Amino acid sequence: MSVSQIDVPKPAGPAADRADARRRARGRREARWPAYVFLTPWMIGAVAVTLVPMAVSLYLSFTSYDMFNAPHWVGLRNYREMLFDDPRYWRSVLTTLKYVVIAVPLKLALALGAALLLKRLRAGRGFYRSAFYAPSLLGASMSIALVFRALFNDGGTVDNVLGTFGIHLGGWVGDPHLATFVVVMLTIWQFGAPMVIFLAGLQQISPELYEAAGLDGAGAWRQFVSITVPMLSPVVFFNLVLEMIQSFQVFTPAFVVSGGNGGPADSTLFYTLYLYERGFTASHMGYASAMAWLMLLAIAAVTAVMFKVSRAWVFYADEAE
Amino acid sequence: MNLTMRRWLPHTVALIALLALLYPLLWLLVTSVKPADEVVTSVNLWPSHFEWSNYSTALDGVSGVSVTRLLGNSLLISLGAVVGNVMSCSLAAYAFARLRFRMRGPMFAFTVATLMLPQHVVLIPQYIIFNKLGMTNTFWPLILPKFLAVDAFFVFLIVQFMRNLPRELEEAARIDGCGPFRSFFHIVLPLSRPALITTAIFSFIWSWNDFFAQMIYLFSPQKATITLALRNFVDQSSTSAYGPMFAMSVISVLPIVLFFFVFQRYLVQGMATSGLKS
Repeated sequence: MSVSQIDVPKPAGPAADRADARRRARGRREARWPAYVFLTPWMIGAVAVTLVPMAVSLYLSFTSYDMFNAPHWVGLRNYREMLFDDPRYWRSVLTTLKYVVIAVPLKLALALGAALLLKRLRAGRGFYRSAFYAPSLLGASMSIALVFRALFNDGGTVDNVLGTFGIHLGGWVGDPHLATFVVVMLTIWQFGAPMVIFLAGLQQISPELYEAAGLDGAGAWRQFVSITVPMLSPVVFFNLVLEMIQSFQVFTPAFVVSGGNGGPADSTLFYTLYLYERGFTASHMGYASAMAWLMLLAIAAVTAVMFKVSRAWVFYADEAE
Repeated sequence: MNLTMRRWLPHTVALIALLALLYPLLWLLVTSVKPADEVVTSVNLWPSHFEWSNYSTALDGVSGVSVTRLLGNSLLISLGAVVGNVMSCSLAAYAFARLRFRMRGPMFAFTVATLMLPQHVVLIPQYIIFNKLGMTNTFWPLILPKFLAVDAFFVFLIVQFMRNLPRELEEAARIDGCGPFRSFFHIVLPLSRPALITTAIFSFIWSWNDFFAQMIYLFSPQKATITLALRNFVDQSSTSAYGPMFAMSVISVLPIVLFFFVFQRYLVQGMATSGLKS
């Protein structure tokens, strides 16, 4: 046997090229219609569960509708009432904004801090990672919302602990100035989810960068500012957008802490809570739809601004060259 | 000295943080066995004696509906969500990740965009539709949409995973005359098991924890889930029933805790990959 018989040379020349092209063309042709078969449930869902309801909700936002009588077109009345004649609406906007602005940065700072800490730990990293992540799953439950309400209640643990330091705030849940912070606390407690994402981001930064910086005499702080921060900025941005969108929609803890009605004195009247009350308790579906649409527009606008601003501070390594 | 400090400081900080983090869970466990008069008044975390009857009270359920029934309802809805999401999202994800078709770009962009869509925008019309179909106070509104791949997060997650599978296997299969259906079921789906498990666990836990949708669609006590029952518990009883209420709370988070211990590797991994390569 000669060597040439073993590594069979590939058929070359124009004929083979054509055969190859035909095979590729057939591959492409074959792949067309099955794709739509795979996508059938998705397409039905996109139309029936997302697009049509969106259109209907937009329409309803220009109507007065109580679920029993046919919707009645009122033009911009819902929007006008919301923006100019409804102090409770603005109350809910401000409460939600206050919550988002306080809870999101705190949660992300804690998540980043924890991720940096865990990165330094050699032994037990997996254990800590899982343990810190656990609250992110439990925190969304009714049970834990009830626990937080009890912890921050009058005579609850937080009150007692602060009392031993001579700080007497009383129950946070019943205090209009503090009730929102119970929801904030519950949110911050769930820093594990963004932490895990940060940690994955940190692990993708090449250790060579740190080695090189170390050789150049850069200290820990300098390395953090010049390597960690820019390399991690896409992940920071991702977490920021994600947490912000989620925070705007917070419901269960707000419902539990407020006793279901935004109390005390409307201080925990979160946007979604007010929307629920308008739509499902007061049967003003048109008004609630208008609220939902302004929420969508607000989220879209904030996200768009964040994307714009991100160009100034988010660094993508593959774009640098 | 300095070296030992450097080695032990991070561990100390991590342990203290962990203690603070787990305190609410410990509090929940302890309170669930506290006697009624100690729940509100006592400053001690530890009870003077264990009041196991809290659990038997909790097992009696709410409004004459037993906890078994409530857990069964939650379980049915959550399992429905698991089956629906795994099936429909993996089908859609395969098309987006592996097949070529004209509308792929715009359709996938739409999926990613719905990640940002607040559910409140579609909630009211969905409610009206299900109401017209006579499906309120049934589990259908909570299960049916899951069979239509509307949880964009999962489609996205599985797409990310499938994109990273080697193409060679499918190409080899195609040369052997294997069409996209067979390569989906016999090659890509088995290889995607980690992503499917992640989808299943998150579907289960999110469904189990859900409160908003369940509250809107389910109103008879027989249809209530454990989450809804807990909330009714709060409404019905004074603070003297704190013990039984938190006993029921423990029962209601038990499945999540269990899932967490068994599948934590997938959960943490799934969360981590969602943030990368996006």
